[in-house]
Amino acid sequence: MSLTPEEVKKIAFLARLAIKEESIEQYSEDLSGILHLVDQMDAANVEDIEPMAHPQDAMQRLRKDEVTEINQREKLMENAPATENGLFLVPKVLD
Amino acid sequence: MDNQMINKSLAELSVGLQSGKFSSVELTQFYLDRIASHDSELNAFITVTAEQALATAKTADEKIASGSASGLTGIPLAHKDIFCTDGVKTSAGSKMLDNFIAPYNATVVEKLKSISMPMLGKTNMDEFAMGSSNENSYYGAVKNPWDLDRVPGGSSGGSAAAVAAKLAPIATGTDTGGSIRQPASLTGITGIKPTYGRVSRYGMIAYASSLDQGGVFASSAADSALLLEAMSGFDAKDSTSVDIPVPDYSTTLNDSLQGLKIGLPKEYFEEGLNSEVAKVIEAAVEEYKKLGAEIIEVSLPNTHLAIPAYYVIAPAEASSNLSRFDGVRYGYRCEDPVDLTDMYMRSRGDAFGREVKRRIMTGTYALSAGYYDAYYLKAQKIRRLISEDFQKVFEKVDVIMGPVAPETAFKIGEKSDDPISMYLSDIYTIALNLAGLPGMSVPAGFANNMPVGLQIIGNAFTEGKMLNVAHQYQQATDWHKQTPSKYAVSEGEK
Repeated sequence: MSLTPEEVKKIAFLARLAIKEESIEQYSEDLSGILHLVDQMDAANVEDIEPMAHPQDAMQRLRKDEVTEINQREKLMENAPATENGLFLVPKVLD
Repeated sequence: MDNQMINKSLAELSVGLQSGKFSSVELTQFYLDRIASHDSELNAFITVTAEQALATAKTADEKIASGSASGLTGIPLAHKDIFCTDGVKTSAGSKMLDNFIAPYNATVVEKLKSISMPMLGKTNMDEFAMGSSNENSYYGAVKNPWDLDRVPGGSSGGSAAAVAAKLAPIATGTDTGGSIRQPASLTGITGIKPTYGRVSRYGMIAYASSLDQGGVFASSAADSALLLEAMSGFDAKDSTSVDIPVPDYSTTLNDSLQGLKIGLPKEYFEEGLNSEVAKVIEAAVEEYKKLGAEIIEVSLPNTHLAIPAYYVIAPAEASSNLSRFDGVRYGYRCEDPVDLTDMYMRSRGDAFGREVKRRIMTGTYALSAGYYDAYYLKAQKIRRLISEDFQKVFEKVDVIMGPVAPETAFKIGEKSDDPISMYLSDIYTIALNLAGLPGMSVPAGFANNMPVGLQIIGNAFTEGKMLNVAHQYQQATDWHKQTPSKYAVSEGEK
């Protein structure tokens, strides 16, 4: 499987990654190489094999729906690039 | 403080501290001084936390004086910069988190802090743990203490270099596809990646959540046993943590290996393995025969599918995990975004390095509409085949052995333009992560003057047996006692 520069642009947009125009060709080559490696999976016969999502096939553990975290709003917001009145600031979403 | 300190085991350091021969403040300052003298050339640390380390050391000395200390109290360590540390920059080797001050401690960090092990600093790593050479760090490549022109391996290259050069007595790391075992092998130290679920992932910045596991870099199996025990255990904050009691790993270290059954997978000795590395591994196996072990040839027939399956599963999980970096709540935000999409795209585009972008895009593609069955589902089925291979072999043997890496440390820059060739160097380590099994790297000799690690693979939750197997080898050999001459202190020297 190879990826064209057009496909790379589409994937980069899906992943919300700005890629410089001059780098597209290189990514297309690199990603095609990775997919080529991945294509070696085609040799495997996996009919009737149950997919394995967790190494111990463990189920998701459930807990009681109780508050266990304390409110650390101010501390947690210290890492935000922009805030105002305890809210995260982002560029205008609606006109 | 005596320079001989660097040759002491954790147990010996503990005796020194408890008997009042030296204090934790002195010991911690001694290591901070070594970091100050040597790290400018090794680049093993992203952040050195001298002040916090000395404050913890002071608390440790008080605990020792009042008799409320545990065996590791007062012994300094280094954490890979992937573990969140409250109030301290936690970068994951990325420009994205260059300004991130973690607001809480990872469970591993908290556990070791609670017994007052001073944290010397946060170690360098491949960005978001993606890499096998430590060249993918925003903070620059780490150098291999055995040869400064060579890589220390990755992704936990900083922790490996720090322990190998004795800038820290012990360090933590994480392993998603070999990131503890391969750097331990390339720098000549002991590394253990425990069973998936053994060590809490809470506060460990996620790369591929079904594969990531924290572990230890140390100078010996005996040292590893002590730290692994202290950092292991069930954690309600990690939904995949396993609720099985943690054994006292130190009590079984001296068990006899008489009658131990060692499996050698033929696929690990085929084409691609450097012949000098193969000789070292064969010599180590001979040593095990002398210790009473029985050698059995086994087969892991789906080994060749491990790398292809990994490069679907890990990137897919990474593309999902790393979507949290959006420039809103933490991390890098681009200058003057015009709208939300522009902010997401340029923040992520500017702040993620090339390898991280490659993997996010690979994962995004594999998970995109119409491709899920062909890629992710198929890879998960292969994952089961690989796991079943191991289980069949463990019906016949106690441990599996082989090389960790097909060759010794390569030159910085040698593979950095060729991602595929870099990926292929993880051929012997990746399958374990897919199967969730524990693995170790134990120094077994040198090839072309660079260290070679022997890999010991155990069945799930048999870390105690593996540490015993490694320790017995280290009682019979002294490969683990070799230190690069530049950083070594010979006996009698002050």
